[in-house]
Parts: sequence; C-alpha cells; structure tokens
Amino acid sequence: MSAERVIPAPPENVEHTEFWAACNDGKLMLPRCKDTNQFFWYPRKISPFTLSGNVEWVEASGNGEIYSYSVMRRSDPQYVIAYVRLEEGITMMTNLVQCDPDNLSVGQKVELVLQESEGGQKVPVFKPAG
Amino acid sequence: MSIKGKAYIAGIYEHPTRKALDKSVAQLHAESAAGALADAGLGLDDVDAYYCAGDAPGLGPLSMIDYMGLKNVRHMDSTETGGSSYVVHIGHAAQAIAMGKANVCLITLAGRPRAEGMATGTAPRNPGSDLPDVPFEFMYGPTVVNMYAMAACRHMHEYGTTSEQLAWIKVAASHHAQYNEHAMLRDVVSVEDVVGSPMIADPLHRLDCCVISDGGGAFLVVSPEVAKSLDRACAKILGHGESPKNIMNGQVDLTYTGGRYSGPQAFEEAGVKPGDIDYASIYDSFTITVLETIEDLGFCEKGKGGAFVSDGNLISGQGKLPFNTDGGGLCNNHPMNRGGLTKVLEAVRQIRGEAHPAVQVADCQLALAHGTGGSLGTRSGSSTVILGREDA
Repeated sequence: MSAERVIPAPPENVEHTEFWAACNDGKLMLPRCKDTNQFFWYPRKISPFTLSGNVEWVEASGNGEIYSYSVMRRSDPQYVIAYVRLEEGITMMTNLVQCDPDNLSVGQKVELVLQESEGGQKVPVFKPAG
Repeated sequence: MSIKGKAYIAGIYEHPTRKALDKSVAQLHAESAAGALADAGLGLDDVDAYYCAGDAPGLGPLSMIDYMGLKNVRHMDSTETGGSSYVVHIGHAAQAIAMGKANVCLITLAGRPRAEGMATGTAPRNPGSDLPDVPFEFMYGPTVVNMYAMAACRHMHEYGTTSEQLAWIKVAASHHAQYNEHAMLRDVVSVEDVVGSPMIADPLHRLDCCVISDGGGAFLVVSPEVAKSLDRACAKILGHGESPKNIMNGQVDLTYTGGRYSGPQAFEEAGVKPGDIDYASIYDSFTITVLETIEDLGFCEKGKGGAFVSDGNLISGQGKLPFNTDGGGLCNNHPMNRGGLTKVLEAVRQIRGEAHPAVQVADCQLALAHGTGGSLGTRSGSSTVILGREDA
C-alpha cells in the first residue's frame, strides 16, 4: 500500500472519555463486568450482562488474531478493515496497518498499534505480529 | 395465540421509477400508497392504520398521515430495522388486526438515494451524535460493502464457500430480471462475468452488490372480512418472525443472520417446513446476504449454502428454490437502499399467479419473504413472513 489512509477522529461521547484518554497514554483498556468477570466489547459504563455499573478497566495484552477482514479497493488510498479477536476473548472492529493487503489471512497473528487519528487522538489499530 | 390466517395482504404496488429527479420522498410514498389502494379497490378513507420506517420524512407516521390526508388512522407503527422494517410491519399489522385494533393497514416505503448522488455502499455514513457503538467503528471506515464483505470472508474461511458459488446467486437474479421491463439490470450474466467484475471490497465484486435505485412501494394488510369483500386475490398471512442480531458484546460471529431465529418462528406459526415453500423472496443486498439467509432459514444445512445455490438451483423453472423472480435488489430495484418491501411484493405476485409468465412458479401455494436490515457486519434485523393462497 502506498500512502496510508488518515484515520478520522472518533466521534465524541461523554461515556467514552476514560477509554480514549487511556489510548493517548498508550494503553488499550478493555471493559470487564465485575459481577460476572466477563470482558465485553464495545466499551460501556453499564454491563450488558447485568445492567449494573460494576464495570472495571483491564489493560489488554495487545495480542490477537484476524477474525475477518476486507480490503476497500474502491477507496483512495485503499485501507483494510478487520475484526480482530483479542487474546482476552473479545473481537473488535479495527484497521490493519503496516501490512501488505494482498498477504493477509484469517487467523493471522496481529499486535496492537496506538495510532494518531486526525487531530491527534490515538486509536487502536493492529499490524502483523513479529 | 397466533396470527395465522387472521390477516391478508391485499393491494400491492411497486413504483416504476428508478431515478426520481423531480419527485420528493413524500410524493413517492403517496404515489405508492395510491397504487396499492387502487390495486386492492380500496379508498383513502378505508385506511385505519399506517406504518412506515426511517425512510419516511419528518416524524414518520405523523408527517406522512398528514401529507396523505389519512383521516381514520387509529393504529401506527414506525418500527425501524432498516431494510427489513416492512416485513416486521406485516407481523405488527396482523397482530393489530387480530386484536381488533385495525382493519386496513397501509405500509409504505420510498426514497431517492440515486437522485441525491448518495455513495450508498462505498462511503462511510455520517454517524450522527451521541451514538454508543459507532465511536468504536466509524474511524475504521466501515461501509455497507466492506461490512458484508467481512461476513463473506469469514464464511469462506469456515465453510470453504467460493466466489463462484456466490456468483450463482447473481446469475439466477439476472435470469429473472431479463423479463422485468422495470429492472435496472436486464442482461443475463454468467459466473465468469461476476467474478471478473471489479473488486469493490474483497471478496465482493461489483456484481455481488445490489443496484442503487430510487423508488418505493406499498402494500395493504387487511382483515379477513375486508379481504373477502375485495375482487382481488389476496395472500393469506400464515406465519411471521422477527429477530435482532448484533456483535454480541464482542462474541462476533459473521457466519449467520437473524434469520436463524426469525425463520423458525415463522415456520412454526405457519405449521410448514422449508421444503414446503414453493417460492422465496430473499433479501439480496449482496450475494452473501442470500447465501447466509438460505442456510439460516433451513433450506440447507449451515455451511452448505454454496453448493445449494450453485448450478441454477435458484432459477425459476430450473432449480429447487426459485427466488427473487423480479430480479431482486441485485438486478431490479433497491429503493432507498431498503429491499424488504419489494420482497413482499414479488411473493404476493407469485401467490396470485401474476409474476411474469416466464418466471411464475407453477401452482405456487406457499411463498416466503425475508428481509434483512442494518448491517450483517454489526447490527442487523431480520424478519420472515410466510404467505399462502386462500386454501393454504
């Protein structure tokens, strides 16, 4: 891929402030329900398992594998959208960066990159591991 | 309690326009409503319930009831599940009729994405404000095509489904569309044409995608008493189901749709099995949408959809499951990027015996219509309805 796509800034929402602040500190924080000890995605202040506010943040290892992906050919520059399954057992939407889009595969190991989006907010994306 | 046999689809209308430069959205809704009422032989004042979804302007029912001059409405529904909304509305209308809350329910759809130059499938849509989920997705560039493409990619990985198998779905749709004078794409295409068309978002090619069209449509759900009073043949509503599907708190599974739940609900209520269905209208935003839905509805085993759709098995007169005999969204029409309503219209034509003679299923007793709305890659809504002839 030639020039990589500039990632737009994530839309703001008062419920998400802590998550994005942690990204700027270099950490991908995952929400975990303290009532059931289960991770969930996407981040919320309310547990989708119990509807309680007993939710804690746990730092992700940053390791995962590609669940599915698609190269957006009809875009200039092209970009790769993906679902990555994290070691912690949840799957999140993301981009695959610093990769050859013609040499990706489902199941491939990937690792976290916190990349600046337009305006400076860092967002979690992934690149091939190793 | 069941809705089986307690309501009928009477008048239907498909707006013939495919590019509406000089018509407003409200006007297209109203012209569609007028067409459905004329088809049934009913008048404006007979309508006592109105349903619409997110494509209707303003405050949905409130705006459209005012615009169309509906004076006798006592039941309204604006359930919004994207392109499946209108199939959901059938169930809600039948419930209202069964409860004595309505006798003539009007359902309309219309829009003009083509006239407005909307990049329907390839540009991320404006996310709006204060959304809980989209702030974790929008910046990654999700579009309609690449979301469905990820479903296709995973289905291929798990089940060995191929691009050639997906292409057969478009081939079948094109065989039907050649007979529809209103269809946007009337040329019969081959598997090679589909897999040789430009890649939009791997693994979906241009010909794996539906058309972008303006237009609209409408139909009426009426009580058995009203149905009996009409001169037109009606389709009896035998069973209905609806289901959401989403990313399940991070346990993402893109290999199935909400049809896994809405289908069995509808079949159970109707008391029939997938093998009993003579004709199926299956939402076809993309070829992969059809393939996953066919599996989820039980027409074949999960993962075997690729083999099932191949070799013309969906072509009327050739295959075991004639589908989308109007050409569907893949070739005919996808008004306002919402194909659920037109799925119902072709199913009613088949039950009435009024599909094009070249694609009419002989002695069509039982038809199924299925809608999928939203995005298979994130959050979607599915709805299934089973229709039959009066004696079904």
